[in-house]
Amino acid sequence: MTTLTRNPSSREQNPKRTLLNRKLPGTRSDVRIALFFIAPAMIGFVLFYLVPTVRGIYLSFTEYNILGDPEWIGLENYQAIAKDPLFWNSLAVTGQYVVLNIALQTTLALGLALLMHQVAKSTIIRGALLLPYLMSNVIAALLWFWMLDYQIGVVNQFIEWAGLPRAAFFGSEEWAIPTQALINTWRHMGYTALLIFAGLQSIPGHVYEVAKLDGASAWQTFRKITIPLLRPVLVLVLVVTVIGSFQVFDTVAVTTGGGPVNATRVIQYYIYQRAFTESDFGYGSAIAVILFLILALVAFIQMKFLKGNESDLD
Amino acid sequence: MTTTTSRTALAKPAKPATRRRPFNPRRAGAWALLILAIAVSVLPFLWVLRTALSTNNALATNASSLLPAEFTFGAFKRVFGLQTPAEAVAEGGSGAAIDFWIYLRNSIVFSSITTAGAVFFSAMAAYAFARLRWKGRNAVFSLFLGTMLVPPIFTALPNFLLIKNLDLLNTMLGMVLPYLFMTPFAIFFLRQFFLNMSREVEEAAMLDGAKHLRIFFQIVLPNAAAPIATLALLTFIGQWNEYFWPLLVGSQDDVRVLQVGLGVFKSQSPQGAPDWSGLMAATLVSALPVLVLFAAFGKKIVNSIGFSGIK
Repeated sequence: MTTLTRNPSSREQNPKRTLLNRKLPGTRSDVRIALFFIAPAMIGFVLFYLVPTVRGIYLSFTEYNILGDPEWIGLENYQAIAKDPLFWNSLAVTGQYVVLNIALQTTLALGLALLMHQVAKSTIIRGALLLPYLMSNVIAALLWFWMLDYQIGVVNQFIEWAGLPRAAFFGSEEWAIPTQALINTWRHMGYTALLIFAGLQSIPGHVYEVAKLDGASAWQTFRKITIPLLRPVLVLVLVVTVIGSFQVFDTVAVTTGGGPVNATRVIQYYIYQRAFTESDFGYGSAIAVILFLILALVAFIQMKFLKGNESDLD
Repeated sequence: MTTTTSRTALAKPAKPATRRRPFNPRRAGAWALLILAIAVSVLPFLWVLRTALSTNNALATNASSLLPAEFTFGAFKRVFGLQTPAEAVAEGGSGAAIDFWIYLRNSIVFSSITTAGAVFFSAMAAYAFARLRWKGRNAVFSLFLGTMLVPPIFTALPNFLLIKNLDLLNTMLGMVLPYLFMTPFAIFFLRQFFLNMSREVEEAAMLDGAKHLRIFFQIVLPNAAAPIATLALLTFIGQWNEYFWPLLVGSQDDVRVLQVGLGVFKSQSPQGAPDWSGLMAATLVSALPVLVLFAAFGKKIVNSIGFSGIK
């Protein structure tokens, strides 16, 4: 995340800082006072991030139902997962969700960011677009659960006025995942647009002026200048949103609870069920390890093939 | 943070030009699309308000009226447990006891404590990363940052077991502990700011013999008040909206937060005829504190969204 915060001032300060420091008495190492300053954060880091990460990996090789002690069973959980149709279903359902969610969200956000960049940069407009993102997933889910209700939801009223048949957005297997994707697109669209918008703002204006002088059309400018210069930002946005999208849980838990049948049993919901409803912590942890690996792989592929850490500007 | 300043600088000279521009169909089209997007973002909240002020019976027959169908505050009374079960059932509620006051209190306690702890301790750590010189500093910082990549579900399972073994399930302490000491994002965010802060005052103070503790409290914290406020605001909203961890650890009424309470309220709805107006009233109550913060500090929040704002 650091790479994109451009801070020219910090670079300028660097040489000055060391010069000043050298003159000071406090140039020796500050280990003791540093230990004091970092102690609380270190406790939190070790107890709730580091140890659980190691323990999670350990648990994935055990059989553990909370009562008693975890029992080492080697790769058995992973072998069982490989043959578990519910796991493969959850993977397929999540994949479907991620593709729909990311495609819609990124396209709409890019469009919105370009619109804002062209016609309106006011804080009020950006604020209005950000509003859904500030609401919790639970609120977003319930709000749409009501508006998309089959009987008296306002969206189905509109659909009926348009002369189309009412849709069971949450109740039918074909609609359940697209509906989840739409709800989360609604919630994240404005936020993603603001991130891209900030990226657009960082493209120097003179690049556009030169393009204009050369007689480039709007489409050419977009294809040949905006997109390439925006690429590092877009890649970063994609990495962050795809990782978040894979971990969809709240909206599913509140509305469909994995159903109808298995239509919305996404990975994280399946982990939750195995670990907390069925008290199978070993199995749940093993799926969590797999999810972790998938996320790492997806992020790595995106960074590598979209070359997110290189800017075309330099 | 740096992008913010350049943004305003860019926007200003453009203004006189837009005023002189004649009607342009492409600009009009762009505005129309933008207004559509704003409508999609904002109008659902008005629909929620309209529903919350209606009665369930009238909602069923007046599904598309823009104004509340049979205006009433009954749904809000129901949500705060101010109706008798009989009254509640008569208005289409489930009749089950529900008291959002408790959830509201729990949400405020949970979000405030975690925000205060995480921001303060992260500021201390950020100071150690930005200003002190010690061996392994960069390695430890990378390690801290690396935790941003671990999916929360992955650590949630072992953390749940830890809290359970400590016998802290369904206690406020158990709910706040994992968030209390730091968030990797807060440390990263504040370290970045401290690095860009001028050191001259601090160095002068140090020559005068001031110790790090005094410098931190009397110079660094006051000078960083603005970004710390922004960070606290973002952290508070994030904590307010937290669902998964409170669902795992705080399932009993006396520690249950609003987001979890909403889910429970929804599942209480009698099958076939959900208490829509009650549910939407509860949703509004849960959203209200964030809406108030947004009304008061919207500009701060909006301007914080840039690259340093990525979580």
